[in-house]
Amino acid sequence: MGRLRVATVWMGGCSGCHMSFLDMDEFLIDLADLADVVYSPVADPKEYPENVDLCLVEGAVANDEHVELAHTIRERTKIVVAFGDCAVTGNVTAMRNPLGAVEPILQRIYVEAATIHGRIPFEKGIVPELLDRVAPLHEIIPVDAFLPGCPPPAPRIRKMLEKIVAGEPAVLEGDDLKPG
Amino acid sequence: MAVKTLTIDDKPVSAREDQTILEAAREAGIGIPTLCQLSGVANLGACRLCLVEVAGVPKLLPACVTLVQEGMQVFTNTERLREYRKMIVELLFAERNHVCAVCVANGHCELQNLAIAVGMDHVRYSYRFPKLEVDTTHEKFGIDHNRCVLCARCVRVCDEIEGAHTWDIAGRGAKSHIISDMNVPWGSATSCTSCGKCVQACPTGAIFKLGATVAEQIKDRTRLDFIVTAREKKQWVG
Ligand code: SF4
Ligand code: SF4
Ligand code: FES
Repeated sequence: MGRLRVATVWMGGCSGCHMSFLDMDEFLIDLADLADVVYSPVADPKEYPENVDLCLVEGAVANDEHVELAHTIRERTKIVVAFGDCAVTGNVTAMRNPLGAVEPILQRIYVEAATIHGRIPFEKGIVPELLDRVAPLHEIIPVDAFLPGCPPPAPRIRKMLEKIVAGEPAVLEGDDLKPG
Repeated sequence: MAVKTLTIDDKPVSAREDQTILEAAREAGIGIPTLCQLSGVANLGACRLCLVEVAGVPKLLPACVTLVQEGMQVFTNTERLREYRKMIVELLFAERNHVCAVCVANGHCELQNLAIAVGMDHVRYSYRFPKLEVDTTHEKFGIDHNRCVLCARCVRVCDEIEGAHTWDIAGRGAKSHIISDMNVPWGSATSCTSCGKCVQACPTGAIFKLGATVAEQIKDRTRLDFIVTAREKKQWVG
């Protein structure tokens, strides 16, 4: 295999999974020998590129921009990994789902609970519109591997990456499956 | 009492005729996953995690409520059982709102441990996201229905060990839920003695001590074991 083309994406999550990724410390240097980061919140490119080998997707699918990006990722990527509990289960990002559709929630947070200038932010084409129901990634696109944890501990991320680099099945087991 | 001989996973086992397959398996060192089963209270067969295969019986049988029989051939770990157990755990997660990352029981939860044990890496079913209450009206404890798996351990421990019978299950099917007294807030349930046995019996983060925050609610089952041993064997040990 040539150099791996790796992407990481940040959807409806807190960026904690990316922090944990950076927490892999010196393994990142090993990884740099094998892979190019072609798209990521910590890299320059603005467009999700073609021919990506591996993409780690942090966060749940919470707005229309996430849905569109998820489909782009699927089309252009060999191995898509749901990276962290929000991507795998919806997790904290989906805690608004039981409260109902988006309108009453925005009303409650931006208007009723506001102390000044109560107004629901709306800028078509600039602020992505929230979905009525936050979804885990695999409800939107087929996902190849699941990496649970909030955030997944760095050694767990490393284990998954090592399996993928070695061409082994990207399946975790035992305590590496613990959510939360 | 008569003794029965049977095989569990091809291992010859003998058991008293009043023992369940689960008890016989445990004595033989064969682990079967369980959730609603709690030593010291009556078996209910509510969760179906303990399903096993018995040669010649087309149905799967719950090991915790099926008595041993002479010549029975029991299988506890077939491909079919492993797949059903995984489905059951996934359905439990899909049924209510489990957010382990912010749960009082994170790291000390039997449902979470089951997810690990059955190899669940995601839930294949659509999450229901029901809107459920958290009742914190009791002065010492709270109940979060988002985390309840309807195992009825709280119901049984309160009825059979404490003798208060504060808890019950109301509603049917997907609407089933735990209630205190005649469906009043827990803080107004006059039958509750505030003994805390349900806190220890509950396998998840559903019943907790007020003030416990993320990952702080550790369940101590030894206190229940102590009471049960004292009552059944008149031994005050543990
Ligand atoms: S009750 Fe258990 S499985 Fe449910 S959210 Fe809490 S820790 Fe997770
Ligand atoms: S509150 Fe706890 S013990 Fe009671 S039924 Fe629900 S999960 Fe079981
Ligand atoms: S442990 Fe047997 S049905 Fe729940």
